[in-house]
This record gives sequence, structure tokens and C-alpha cells, in this order.
Amino acid sequence: MLGAGVAVIAAVVAAILLLVTDRRAEASPLTPVRAGAEATLGPINGVLAYPVRWVGHVSDWIGGYFFAVSENRKLKAEIAELQAVRDANIALTNVNRRYEALLGIRTQPPVPMASARSISDARGPFANARLIDVGSRQGVKIGNPVINEHGLVGRVAGTSPNVSRVVLLTDAASQVPVLIDRSDARAILSGDGSGNPRLEYVRGEDALKVGDRVLSSGDGGGMPRGMPVGVVARGVDGSWRVKLFSDRGAIDYVRVLKFEDFGQLVAPEALNAPPLAALDTNPAARPPEPATPPPAAAQPADQPARGATE
Amino acid sequence: MRRAAVTVRTGGAMQWIGWPALAAAAGTLILATPVELFGLQLPEPILPLLLAFAWPLIRPSLMAPAVLFALGLLLDVMLYAPLGLWPLCLLAPYGVVLVSRSFLAGQETRVLFFWFSLTSAAAFLLAYLIVTLTGGRPPSLLALLGQVVPTLLLFPLSNALIQRFDDVDVRYR
Repeated sequence: MLGAGVAVIAAVVAAILLLVTDRRAEASPLTPVRAGAEATLGPINGVLAYPVRWVGHVSDWIGGYFFAVSENRKLKAEIAELQAVRDANIALTNVNRRYEALLGIRTQPPVPMASARSISDARGPFANARLIDVGSRQGVKIGNPVINEHGLVGRVAGTSPNVSRVVLLTDAASQVPVLIDRSDARAILSGDGSGNPRLEYVRGEDALKVGDRVLSSGDGGGMPRGMPVGVVARGVDGSWRVKLFSDRGAIDYVRVLKFEDFGQLVAPEALNAPPLAALDTNPAARPPEPATPPPAAAQPADQPARGATE
Repeated sequence: MRRAAVTVRTGGAMQWIGWPALAAAAGTLILATPVELFGLQLPEPILPLLLAFAWPLIRPSLMAPAVLFALGLLLDVMLYAPLGLWPLCLLAPYGVVLVSRSFLAGQETRVLFFWFSLTSAAAFLLAYLIVTLTGGRPPSLLALLGQVVPTLLLFPLSNALIQRFDDVDVRYR
């Protein structure tokens, strides 16, 4: 009994020392230990989870079989609605392209992406995070935004050569700058372990209404502007919360945007171009252009796509 | 007349510590699978809490705290918690039950469930406080309930382990 008591006390002291030393995503001497453990556990989890995935596919098949009629009806209604949106989108894209050419706006070129499969999931009140099967070998870096087919999922918080840790928007440590599409108001989307993160530090009068669309604002340069996040809702505690688009389906396949900051998107010389250059209608008076590499050359080459969503 | 030596069945440590610990680790890995069954995510109970309650009641051991520590580290990596959080939150109920085992051992199931609920709640409260202190923001209480309830519902597994092994080694009666 005495020996067991001593063992408990020794183990408690060791646990407290670990707790004081480790700070998850921040620089910590234990970060390589965690990365190594995640790199080992990821494939093991993939093997153990195989039967569970199989049962999941069966449940999807059964759901698809029994709800095919209602699904078909819903899809037809959606197509009818989207046809009008598509026509408007074509017209708006055309007009927008002309405006951009007239104003000489430097638009963001496409961001390279890496597709990945989610291999492990941490839920619960204390952490909401996932392991995905791409890592630094595929060009993934800490801070890269992660999306699925519905919207923003989270950000990469740790990488090893073939496995990365993604902290979801619902994690208690997650804070993402967002904007409200209707009012252009800014806010911070803060996770708290529940399914619907809070909207904090909302600025502007009449900034929020239930049903407003929430997009990433890109403030701070951490992620591109305009990525769909969710819609505004009221929580049971009366606080403003967001129903995430990414929850509309299982987060099994995701894409990592290899986005670091706005500086990576253009060549440095292009930033020095005179404003409204496109309005200069006298080519003879224009100084010779510096030999700038094409924007694609300034970006890292995209990695070969993995997974099935490419 | 010489009496025959009494054979004491002690039940090897692998039987009551090793296999249950491996089962808890495998269960944690499987429940971390990111699949949805009929639109619902898998529950995520803290399986090693069942062992942290059962092991000190079966018998005091040097190996059990070490294995609990290892299981806690596995939970920290799987659940992306600060390293040391779950070892601490597993060893706290283990220590409490170890100290009170003289009057808990042999009690009926309802009493054991009450104590299991109490020690588990204390462990979750400790985790909640640590995460709040380190993160600066309290996690959602509803989400906390979503993890506490599945853990409590699995008490029959802990009770089965106690019933299976508490009388195996007569020296600890």
C-alpha cells in the first residue's frame, strides 16, 4: 500500500512537470515528442479504424437507399435555384473582370492546395482537433488554413513529415478574424469546445442578424479573405454563435491551402508597380517594365494531389 | 501430520492491468475515428477513468500508476490536450480511491457507482480548471457533459473488472 502511494505521488509530480513544460502549439521542448507520437499513432489509428469506417460506409449506403427520393426532390429544387445564381455569376464575373482591368487591381492568384484524409479525430470539451495524412513533406506548414467542400474547417497547428494536426474552429484555443457578409462588420470567431463557436468583439451597429453569412476576413494575413465559414445564430445562452458550414457533412476529406500571408501571392516587383497602371493609355511614355517573373513562378509548385477530392 | 501448502491464486498483472489497459487504448484509438454513423459522431468517453477507479479497489500495485500515466499520455496525444493533463486527471481519482479502499472494497454496486461518479466528476473538474487556466477561456459546459455522460454510462465495465478480480488474490481481502 505504501509503495503504491509513493508510485502515485511520483507519477503525479511527473504529470505536473509535463503540464508546466508543454504548451501545445506554442514553442515547447516537447513539440518533437508530440509530433513523433502523432506520426506513429496516425497509421495505427488508420488500421484500427478500418472496421469502423466500413460500418460508416454501410450506414451511408443505407441512408442513401432509404432517403433517395427525398434527396432527389431536394436536389432538383436546389438545381432550379442555382441555375439563376449561375447566370448571375457569369454576368458578374464578366463585369468584375472589366473593373479589375480598369482599376489595375492586383487580384489574388489561386493558392496551391494539398488534399488529405482525416485519420483521427479529437472531440470533447477540451480540444477539437484532427490528424490528417499530409505533412511537411507535401509542403504543409503551421498556420495553413484547412477547408472541406462546405467551408473553412480550421488551421494547421503542427506538422511531421506525413501527418499534420489541424485545430478546428470549434477548439477552445481557436480564434479566427471573420466578417459579416451583409454588414461588413468584423468579429473574432472563438471556439469553446461546443459545436457552434462564439462571435466576439463584434464592431458596428446592427452588425448581426440571425441568418447572416459569415466569411473569413483575412485580417492579420493569416488566411485568404472571403472563405465561407457559416451563418449567424443565437445560442441557448443568448450569445451570438455561428452554425458552421463545414458541419454540413462529415469532415473526412479536406484540403490544406498552402497560404502563408499575402506577401507570398505576388512577386516583390509587382508590389512596386505604380497604382492605376492599367489606366495609362500612352504606352510610348511608359517606362520600360522590369523583368518580373510570372506570378506562378513566385509560388511553390503544387504537390501531387492525394485523396479523392482533386 | 504435515499440512499441504495452500496455493494462493494471485492473478497475473497482465490479466488485470495489461489486457484492460490495452483494451482501453484500442478503444480510445477506435473511438477517435472520424466517421459519422447515421449522421451522429462517435462518443468519446475517457475509457482509462474506468481503470483508474477499478484498479485501486482490486489491489494496491506499483505498476498500475505507471500504466495509468502511460494511458494518460496516450489520451493527451490523441485528444490534443496539454501533455500531463490526463495523467494528472487519471492519477487523482486513483489516489483518492486508493486512500479510501479500506471502506470502499466489498461495497455494493450502487455505492461503487456513486463513488465512481464522484471521482470521475472531480477528474473532469480538474481537467476543466486546468484547460481554463492554460487557455484563458472556459470550455463549454454542454460539451463537457457530452463527455462526462458517456464515461459514466460505461461504469458496468469497471464494475465487471472489479467483480472479476477483487477476490482473486485472498491476501488483499
